[in-house]
Amino acid sequence: MKLRVTVFPKAGVLDPQGKAIERALGGLGFAGVGEVRTGKVMIVEVAETDAARAKAQGEEMARKLLANTVIESFTVEIL
Amino acid sequence: MKASIVVFPGTNRERDMAIALERTTGRKPTMLWHRDAELPAGTDLVVLPGGFSYGDYLRCGAMAAQSPIMAAVRAHAERGGLVLGVCNGFQMLTEAGLLPGALLQNASLRFLAMNCTMRVERADTAFTHHFQRGQTFQATMAHGDGNYFCDAETLKRLEGENLVALRYEGENPNGSLNAIAGILSPNLRVLGLMPHPENCVDPLVGGTDGLPMFTSLAESFAAA
Repeated sequence: MKLRVTVFPKAGVLDPQGKAIERALGGLGFAGVGEVRTGKVMIVEVAETDAARAKAQGEEMARKLLANTVIESFTVEIL
Repeated sequence: MKASIVVFPGTNRERDMAIALERTTGRKPTMLWHRDAELPAGTDLVVLPGGFSYGDYLRCGAMAAQSPIMAAVRAHAERGGLVLGVCNGFQMLTEAGLLPGALLQNASLRFLAMNCTMRVERADTAFTHHFQRGQTFQATMAHGDGNYFCDAETLKRLEGENLVALRYEGENPNGSLNAIAGILSPNLRVLGLMPHPENCVDPLVGGTDGLPMFTSLAESFAAA
């Protein structure tokens, strides 16, 4: 089973990369670009075959390592 | 004083730290490998030095914070032992939850290799008692992710309990909240800071502004 773990800076946490991309898009002539946020997507293969348990495992991985919950929020999806 | 320096793959400031400690304490610190599970018996101070442990993969300090040695460092801190984390070491301490908050990418998006000036906010700790409160001093900095961040409640607590040890003086170089350069644990035994005082201990190389941190540490244990 594969999990997709998506990690993003929390609202209110400065995302300077997002800001730089926002400005670059404006510079390229894309009109009306609002806020850009950057994050990470990780695909994790697990041996678990039960979807609920696999998701719980992914969430534990995110809390312990994949995300820093001081600054980031995460979602775990089963692929 | 018995000091140990933890070396991770990608650490690069451990020798500067060893020189600063040996000069001031007269004793060579022990180098520990991140896979070691224990600190040498009688360790007074553990240092997590600067560098780019694990190539800064995932987040700066995130992998190092999960290393086998960190359980021993945590137990040392819980016993009231001294822990100093500089630069990448500060990032590890926040990732390990030994200090609150996190170090975000510099607001300018640039890696900053330059001198900075810090103001001493606490001169009554084992790390800083050879400084004067309000004194400013120079240290070098070399980081891409030194922008101190924490939630509003944590910031209020840090300021309310006087746990900000060092603040950038003048221009805030990296966007840190309240220009925070270094913070302490509530028992004042764990200090994390981004700039490198260990690189300012020799008049021939960058001056000696960082020396009081190490003479403070040396004396804390000479007296003990």
